[in-house]
Amino acid sequence: MIDLPDGIGLQAVPTASRLARLRRSGATILGAVLRLIDRPMGLLQRLIGERRMVYVFLLPNLAFFSLFVFVPLAIDLAYSLTGGESLFPSQRPYVGTEQYAYLFDCGSFFDPASCRVDHFWRGVANTMRFTVFQLVSMVTFSLVTALVLNMRIRGRGFFRAVYFFPVLLSPVVVALVWKWILQRDGLLNAGLTMIGGQKILFFVDPGWAMFWSVFVSVWAHMGFYTLILLAGLQAIPADLYEAAQMDATPRWRVLVRITLPLLWPNLIVVIVLAMIRGVQTFDEVFVLTGGGPGTATLMIVQYIYETAFASQVQNFGLAAAASIVLGVVLFLLTLAQLSRTRSAS
Amino acid sequence: MKPIQLLRARRRNGHWHWTDIAAYAYLGLGVVLMFGPVMWLVLSSFKTQASLLEFPPSLLPLSQQEVRVEGFPQPLPLFAATLDNGERRELAQIRRIGLIAQMVDPADPKRQYRVPTARLAPVRHLSFVTSNYTEPLQKFAFTRYLWNSVFVTTIATLITLLINSMAAYALSIYEFRGKTIAMLMVIGTLMIPITIILVPVYLVITKLGLVNSLWAVILPGAATPTGVFLLRQYMLTLPRDLIEAARMDKASEWQIYWRIVMPLAAPALAVLAIFSIMWRWNEFLWPLAVLTRSESFTLQIGLNAFQGELQTQWNYLLAMTVVSLVPVALVFVFLQRFIATGIANTGMK
Amino acid sequence: MRAVIRRAIGASLLTACLLALTASLGIGVAAAQTTLRMTWYSDGNEGEVMADLLRRFEDKHPDIHVVLDQVPFKAINENLPVQLASGQGPDIARVADMGGLARYMLDLRPYLKDAAYWEANYGPFLQWMRVPGDTSSIPGFMTQLTVTGPFVNKTLFEQAGVAMPGPKATWENWAKATKEVAAKVQAPFPIAFDRSGHRFFGMAISEGAAVFDDKGNPAVIDDGFKRAAKLIFDWHNSGVMSKELWGSVAGATYRGANEEFKNAQVVMYESGSWQISQFDKTIGAAFDWVAVPTPCGPANCSGMPGGAALVGIKSTKHPEEVARVLDYLASEDVVAEFYARSLFVPGHLGLARKGLDYKDASPVANAALKVFSDGVNQLAPAANQLQGYPASRVILNAVISRLGQAVSGEITLDDSYKRIAGDIEQQLAERNKK
Repeated sequence: MIDLPDGIGLQAVPTASRLARLRRSGATILGAVLRLIDRPMGLLQRLIGERRMVYVFLLPNLAFFSLFVFVPLAIDLAYSLTGGESLFPSQRPYVGTEQYAYLFDCGSFFDPASCRVDHFWRGVANTMRFTVFQLVSMVTFSLVTALVLNMRIRGRGFFRAVYFFPVLLSPVVVALVWKWILQRDGLLNAGLTMIGGQKILFFVDPGWAMFWSVFVSVWAHMGFYTLILLAGLQAIPADLYEAAQMDATPRWRVLVRITLPLLWPNLIVVIVLAMIRGVQTFDEVFVLTGGGPGTATLMIVQYIYETAFASQVQNFGLAAAASIVLGVVLFLLTLAQLSRTRSAS
Repeated sequence: MKPIQLLRARRRNGHWHWTDIAAYAYLGLGVVLMFGPVMWLVLSSFKTQASLLEFPPSLLPLSQQEVRVEGFPQPLPLFAATLDNGERRELAQIRRIGLIAQMVDPADPKRQYRVPTARLAPVRHLSFVTSNYTEPLQKFAFTRYLWNSVFVTTIATLITLLINSMAAYALSIYEFRGKTIAMLMVIGTLMIPITIILVPVYLVITKLGLVNSLWAVILPGAATPTGVFLLRQYMLTLPRDLIEAARMDKASEWQIYWRIVMPLAAPALAVLAIFSIMWRWNEFLWPLAVLTRSESFTLQIGLNAFQGELQTQWNYLLAMTVVSLVPVALVFVFLQRFIATGIANTGMK
Repeated sequence: MRAVIRRAIGASLLTACLLALTASLGIGVAAAQTTLRMTWYSDGNEGEVMADLLRRFEDKHPDIHVVLDQVPFKAINENLPVQLASGQGPDIARVADMGGLARYMLDLRPYLKDAAYWEANYGPFLQWMRVPGDTSSIPGFMTQLTVTGPFVNKTLFEQAGVAMPGPKATWENWAKATKEVAAKVQAPFPIAFDRSGHRFFGMAISEGAAVFDDKGNPAVIDDGFKRAAKLIFDWHNSGVMSKELWGSVAGATYRGANEEFKNAQVVMYESGSWQISQFDKTIGAAFDWVAVPTPCGPANCSGMPGGAALVGIKSTKHPEEVARVLDYLASEDVVAEFYARSLFVPGHLGLARKGLDYKDASPVANAALKVFSDGVNQLAPAANQLQGYPASRVILNAVISRLGQAVSGEITLDDSYKRIAGDIEQQLAERNKK
């Protein structure tokens, strides 16, 4: 059985008064409508017994999952084993594992240029690089920000809002704003020339393009992760700090010995979610860099999207094969990650 | 609020630790870096198409001043000109031929000058181009798009909260046969981006006959694995004895879920609500694939219609982007309290 | 509390019933009228013009109601093909990939009042909208004919004191002149090309690229093609072109230099006729700009044609009404007004011969439109053949994607030739799996 470490993320300790307050605030219209379900649900329970009620709870979510995730995945599998341009799997000729063979036709897997579908493999390499950089900077900056926001600072609410605000923006808007800032005639280059520097063409240099892709991604989503870490920080019992203070423990030691270990469950959530984000990245980076220069920031999801949609011969078969490969790798990665954290806890 | 212990050390010692100064510096930088770009976006949305594309870009929406000069039917653009004798004068330009401009003094229309264009600088003043907002709002079924977006966002968020919390409840409180498989399903799909199953999902929607219905946008993303994951992790920390006590009192399973677990999970639900709202409000690729009729367009599709094959009408696009930000900003202001206190303080005694 | 809620539920149920009632009544009224859906994208003001024309059409034909659905171009390019394949398309659509979508188009011929008028005026372009082997169907008309060609910032030439090359100048002449100008006036872009396959082939065909073999199959990599590719590649390395356009994005993503040209940073900008209306509006009196005839290569002085067409869709339930709408919109007076108000080069032979009067445009814009309209007569057969080839985008995308990689330094020019040939071959093979 896969079991997640208990209490990852957000912990709750209820109190009687809070309970009452929340219950009162729960008396919304929605609450009223759903209260109508009480009676039939009670009847149902009497009919099928308490033990089977769990399936009733699972059913709606699983129904949605099956309809909009599992069935599509099955269709994707069907696509990947067929060829041609037709949209309906039944009209597509069966080609066996041809698409996969084509995808994996490489001289060496470490050199994308030696592959027939070099863009896919460049996408894989770029996505891995991006995910690692993004993960490290996301964790670092959200941790620092959470620690700072956890100090007693004037205007804490305001600063919290400031760091959270970009999370509200759509990826397209985020990328557009930054593109305008970073382009040749953008705000940043205007600033650079004003202080006597040279203009830098950020989107022509592979290193800069990757740097800004990571930067913008961290900029846009840091607020969310900061929030999770902040929740964890505030859940650390105050007496631990008091004890440390009695012993006049230096601050860095408090951080390393008390704060970080107790924050670990929340950090796991941040790491898992940030990793998922990294692998799934598409629209932000696409609008910002267009996957360039060359293919230096071409991500795997962009490759799949373009193969299926943007090319004139909409190659659903190849795109589906790439999706299936990606899906399998992601599944294994998540499992590995979670079993590691389980054994660690 | 809990007094933060680290801080007391500083107060007691009476001097500032270097980390405090560093913290304020970090926060100051944060304000510029996080807020600056957004402010710039808002200011830019008031610029004309021409001044949007200008280099060096101006921070504020400036436009060239125009004056009416006697004897000329059209208003003329005003320049600060340096004359041959070195004198600086504000002159209006009548026409420009190659590198020489023919200028007129607005105060004395009889006097005309010929000035090389290199010695002209436009006189500019602050002006907010509100037509960037009013024109598309008139042209567009804006209220229709807004309503569609609000409808999609609200209904989708409610469905998400309900079915995700039910699943999370089942996966956190019960032991049952098939739990492993159910968990695997949730975790396995955690990482699958909808982008890569776009075509198959489109086929499913077509089979259901939902194309061009707002339900086609609402339903596919309703069961979020992330939501189940977050809520389950939260519910695992709820005290079991509370649930046992309720069972003793003959509460049905549904009542336990609805009356006890849901209120206790309110902070986690608030987080999920905020994220569901963000996802839904900003969703673009999927609605674009399933909605083709303007009466069912969401705001994101509507405002992106300013992007053509070869040209983009930036002034309208930016203005409408700002308009689309207003509702989320309001939601944020309202839910801010939940984010700041509801979640962050859940662990507090 | 409970009472309040009960009342609220009651009220909402009542409104729901009322809504349902009015909705069903609405349908009852609409039954006398046919509603058609037109999917449309806009680069500039053409959406407004079309809405105007449709309003006028509806006044004359109260039995037909046309709903104009304005979408981002992305939806036309990426989603419309999927929608059409699944039978969910609109009745009428404005499309740019005419060859690719030809199999979904409706043949209007049986429903048209005067098919001869269509053939006489839209004849050469109709071939672009037909599936291979079909020589007779009339799927729609051109909302816009585009021709690639260069714009020049005349003021920069004057400031630098360099003479502008004449009408029959070669690409090399222009490269030399613009480099000199840019150096003197400190402009970062001597020559800018849109990152687009059409722009590249505008030059490659004049360098002698034949694109197809004798049987009409793609044979893209030949000496003419290589000459043009080498020029582009060398220009990027010698500073005649900046890597920001071709080198900065992946795949077939479009990048234009219209903003840079507008800021007087580009001396010569190879783009096309659709830029005129925007330049007219945003450049104003800031500097003098002109359109010049496409520079020449050893083979000819051809640009590349392109454009967008408004076509009927086969899956429509009302082909007759669709034909009536298109017949109206394609009629000479109406289409003339459409071209004139949106500053498009006419894709209508009769109007092209007469010359259009662009009332809303400045003299500068009118002059530029004239240059491009004349450019239509210079088009080489290979240019028309490429535009009419059903899988033209396969070729154009492969070329731009791979040359972009070469320009950015990721692969060599020779590798890019191999990749282009390989990409085209693979995609055509996929298409032929049946």
